[in-house]
Amino acid sequence: MSKHPSKLKTVELNIEGASCASCVGKIEGALKGVYGVESAEMNFADRTVTIKGSANTDSMIEAVENAGYQASFIENESESDALEEKEQASKAYYKRLMMQMWIALGVGVPLMAYGLLGGAMTVTTNKERIAWLIVGLVTLAIMYFSGKHFFTGAWKSFKNHSANMDTLIALGTGTAWLYSMVVVFFPDSIPEMARHVYFEATAMIIGLINLGLALEVRARGRTSEAIKRLIGLQAKTARVIRDGDEKDIPIEDVQKDDLLRVRPGEKIPVDGVVTEGKSSIDESMLTGEPMPVEKEEGDEASAGTINKSGSIIFKATRVGKDTALAQIIKMVKQAQNSKPPIGRLADIIAAYFVPTVMIIAVVTALVWLNLGAQDALAFAVVSATTVLIIACPCALGLATPMSVMVGVGKAAEAGVLIRNGESLQSASKITAMVLDKTGTITEGSPKVTDIVSFNDLSDDENLKLAASLETGSEHPLAQAIVESAKEKDIELSKSSDFNSIAGHGVEANVDGKHLYFGNEKLMRDQGVDIDHAVDKAQELAGEAKTPMYFAIDKKLAAIIAVADPIKEDSIEAIKRLQKSGIRVVMLTGDNKATAKAVAKKVGIEEFFAEVLPEDKVNKVKELQKEGELVGMTGDGINDAPALAQADVGFAIGTGTDVAIESADITLMRGSLHGLADAVATSKATLRNIKQNLFGAFIYNVAGIPIAAGLLYPFFGILLSPVIAGAAMAFSSVTVVTNANRLRFFKPKEH
Amino acid sequence: MNLLVINIIGLVLIALIIYWFWIYKPKNVRAKDQDIVKIIVEDGVYQPAHISVPAETEITLEFERKDETPCAEMVIFPELDISESLPINKTKTIKLKKLKKGSYQFHCQMQMYKGELHVV
Repeated sequence: MSKHPSKLKTVELNIEGASCASCVGKIEGALKGVYGVESAEMNFADRTVTIKGSANTDSMIEAVENAGYQASFIENESESDALEEKEQASKAYYKRLMMQMWIALGVGVPLMAYGLLGGAMTVTTNKERIAWLIVGLVTLAIMYFSGKHFFTGAWKSFKNHSANMDTLIALGTGTAWLYSMVVVFFPDSIPEMARHVYFEATAMIIGLINLGLALEVRARGRTSEAIKRLIGLQAKTARVIRDGDEKDIPIEDVQKDDLLRVRPGEKIPVDGVVTEGKSSIDESMLTGEPMPVEKEEGDEASAGTINKSGSIIFKATRVGKDTALAQIIKMVKQAQNSKPPIGRLADIIAAYFVPTVMIIAVVTALVWLNLGAQDALAFAVVSATTVLIIACPCALGLATPMSVMVGVGKAAEAGVLIRNGESLQSASKITAMVLDKTGTITEGSPKVTDIVSFNDLSDDENLKLAASLETGSEHPLAQAIVESAKEKDIELSKSSDFNSIAGHGVEANVDGKHLYFGNEKLMRDQGVDIDHAVDKAQELAGEAKTPMYFAIDKKLAAIIAVADPIKEDSIEAIKRLQKSGIRVVMLTGDNKATAKAVAKKVGIEEFFAEVLPEDKVNKVKELQKEGELVGMTGDGINDAPALAQADVGFAIGTGTDVAIESADITLMRGSLHGLADAVATSKATLRNIKQNLFGAFIYNVAGIPIAAGLLYPFFGILLSPVIAGAAMAFSSVTVVTNANRLRFFKPKEH
Repeated sequence: MNLLVINIIGLVLIALIIYWFWIYKPKNVRAKDQDIVKIIVEDGVYQPAHISVPAETEITLEFERKDETPCAEMVIFPELDISESLPINKTKTIKLKKLKKGSYQFHCQMQMYKGELHVV
């Protein structure tokens, strides 16, 4: 019988009423009793239960309810379906706004043209009263059809003791319309010079603001292109092999441990381990690394990457929301919605903005009424309306989130995952960057380059003993020695009494001999005479190799040098960092001579050598004390404390296995260019935010006094509410469009 | 005389704006442990927008967005590091962990939609 019934699915239920841990067993037991349920696991902290099996959801809910709890189905809609729905909704909304805009402008434009061409916008005769009454009623219909959403929004906000953009638009257009209707119905109550109607302004403002909103909806869609691309990487189906049969199933139905076949050109559907076949896999969409990676049996493959050459079979290890791709999408989404500290002032202002503008509008009207001439009432109405309409809280509110949205997405495209807005802002301000040598500047896979024997044994015999000793060590240098022995087909002996002397070396007994392997300090501490070998060691170190001493029974046997090749693009990437004014410092546990040679090769002037793992944190602190804003780049696991101490921690080369927890910024490819890209992108994003904030502040700070009529006494200029409406509508579009410019930013050129 | 009346009306209006939007404290909807509070996102507001919760209890918020404007798309709880997108005409469930006493704001990206959790 098949292990997997044909409709095996994973369902999540929300549980209510589970107040103690003992409820867990009861609920799980009740669910397991339902026919078709294979497993039920409850997460007590979340009050959710994950059920696998073929039972229908209603019977599961019923079982939970019979056990005395409430249950509800958690809809796990796929990201791409949700995105599609969102796009459909945005399109429909855009269409509606455009239709509302055309109708409003259809009335507003001819009215405005009539006024501009010399038509009387005043009420003096009875004929004019009737004509304007009809226009007033048509405008009212427009306010209902094209502007209803502003008025309902304003009213509901008012009832809720809050005010928003709708409040300003409704008050502005409402005031203009009401005043005009008063002129139409009671012209005698208003001074002759002020008997002006503003129906065209009402219609035009509603039309223009709908146009602005429509353009904003469209521009906003583009800000999330990066996340759309990531979501688009998810495969919709997978070819599963069950009981020797292959069939395509929806991706949601793939279970952990399923065997899946991926043919050339297809996407890897979930995370897994290759069990059969060989292929090169393009991981560029996740890591930004352009070269395909060769994969064979035992290698891991990530969801969303593309199988380029051969057909492979692999075992699913992580499915659904647990895949690296799903985690990346989640992380990018979260970061896109977080705010850097720079946006806080705008937030504070936005919180008080609308009522303040309302007060300014009242003050404006009062000033005009107190100081104005005969037609002061008309001036008061126009100015107050213009103040209400020109003020744009949206531009302020949008300034930061739109740029963060595009910037974080842009970084993700380059394989740079930014944790949140704060990390983004800090990364843009870094003044010093600490680079861990091994695995960051270098490949992190050292190889034996020289064996210089000082005893009667051959180089291979010394290597055999040293490798036998090092089998117990997990240090990368030790692994290089063991690898070298394996390559030469040298059979290793067993070691005993292995002891690791942290930061210095190791000791053990092999073939009845007591062996030491380590640095100069270890040898001197153990009383091994190495004076005759120091020059040779220095010479090797000068060639950027790491010389290690090997002693047998406290007598120097050999120097074994290993070298860790420098990544081919490290030099160029370090230059990019230095060019952007960052002080680059190298950190290594290696001896000074080797460190100096490597630093020289890659163009770094400052380095700290012989740093024990626990001292990395102190080096970061030292730089911080000097007043530097420090970025630390390491592998994210061994360097976790130093990454945490730094102002911004960069975890490098984690591949698709995302080390989200330890770093502010995760670089998914090994190249240091990722680091330079991260810094360049964060700088560009912050620059963009500053432009947006500056624009939005200046717009409001300059626009409101001009709208109030500040220029009138000096230049005779009074802003029309229609111009204010256009300016307001396009101010937020400008902010979103400016943020969208970031999409074309090329970090490599900076 | 006329002008004096107008000025007084203007000043009263300003006082009312200050009172209505800044001084008045709206009533809270009270929630208790394990409660599910449904919040409708429509016409520029969250309803209810002011929710009071006892400290150290767990509640669930269900946001139902009926408003198509892009402003309504996100709900952000800055102090709780929560930001979620709200699909149109669907319910988005946000489970809140136990909170300490204090006020926790939630709002849209532009702070036009605003609400507050009062943990007492």
